[in-house]
Amino acid sequence: MSENNEKEWPLWEVFYQPKNGKPYEHAGSLHAADAENALQNARDVYARRNEGIGIWVVPSNQITASTPEDVGPFFDPASDKPYRHPQFYSVPRAVKKRS
Amino acid sequence: METQQQLDDFQARIDAGEKIEPKDWMPERYRQQLTRMGSQHAHSEIVGMLPEGNWIGRAPSLKRKLVLLAKVQDEAGHGLYLYSAIETLGESRANMIDQYLYGSAKYSSIFNYPTLSYADVCVIGWLVDGAAIVNQTKLAHCSYGPYARANLRICKEESFHKKQGYEMVAKMAEGIPAQRKMVQDAVNRFWWPTLMMFGPHDSDSPNSEELIKWQIKLNTNDELRQHFVDRVVMEAGAIGLTLPDHDLKFNEETGHWEMGEMPWDEFWNVVKGNGVMNRERMKARRNAHENGAWVREAAQAYARKKKLSREKAS
Repeated sequence: MSENNEKEWPLWEVFYQPKNGKPYEHAGSLHAADAENALQNARDVYARRNEGIGIWVVPSNQITASTPEDVGPFFDPASDKPYRHPQFYSVPRAVKKRS
Repeated sequence: METQQQLDDFQARIDAGEKIEPKDWMPERYRQQLTRMGSQHAHSEIVGMLPEGNWIGRAPSLKRKLVLLAKVQDEAGHGLYLYSAIETLGESRANMIDQYLYGSAKYSSIFNYPTLSYADVCVIGWLVDGAAIVNQTKLAHCSYGPYARANLRICKEESFHKKQGYEMVAKMAEGIPAQRKMVQDAVNRFWWPTLMMFGPHDSDSPNSEELIKWQIKLNTNDELRQHFVDRVVMEAGAIGLTLPDHDLKFNEETGHWEMGEMPWDEFWNVVKGNGVMNRERMKARRNAHENGAWVREAAQAYARKKKLSREKAS
């Protein structure tokens, strides 16, 4: 893998904030020698048309991710709790009409 | 080992329109086919900078020069989106570049044709980028998430490429006789090579069936080619240019334009490396890579030095 390859620049994941007030989203990845270099490359590769007003770069090997194999048990605690959603509750008819 | 159950489950996900993400289970063959196709696509974007880059210094006006610079820079960006998408399949960037520069990896043959006049730059934007959009618009819906997203990003930018090309072609087509002649000549030379960008006929395309089964490709080569021809015939007619195909005729029944046979001998000859520009293009790419080696090393050395001095300071 690239991380072990001494001759290759390390891999970075790029995130950008499309607009003020919006959350950052993943754009893609790129290779760069260091963080500063990665930021500049990210601007040139992923924001040539003002796609973002802010950029984060993160070394790819620093990201910890859930795995698809564990997706069932991992997210299981959320799937049997309908009472966490507003649809679970009933509202008196008179109030419902007004809203 | 891949079990039949795994393969069936995978196929069911594809058929349900789900996207496959990097860590998901996938057949080895799916990984291989995507790596092959996606890296070729990336190489094509990179080599695609050369024919047009040839004219940046000789653009007819400052405006056209700015446009061409932006377009060529976009092609570099497209290559990088695609490389990063294909890396998620486990293939290293260094290996892909190595296969491209010194191995057997291919790129689109269209870039092995020379650009003889500025009209070629115009026609490349109109026809070659136009054909690329037809392909990439479909690939933006393919089954592999990172590759689909890279193509979506490309499509957003590529429509400017095509539009600036068609605008210039239209301008030349209403220009003085010498300009009209120049642009018609460019169309004549690029027409068949552009149609062949879509690949061999379906009957001669052994990979297609598997690629479509897995939704790596969504349409066959001939379907995409037909879609492109139907549109371009209309666009050429609108500005009074002739497409160099005497057999081109509209079929009332199917609603499509029927085309003559493409010069496949020439196509395969260029694929095999005997086109006018094959050697030149590879030489230019190798030179760029090798002459840039010191920059890559220097940046790495600088990063190491900065890291060391930070560690010492703390």
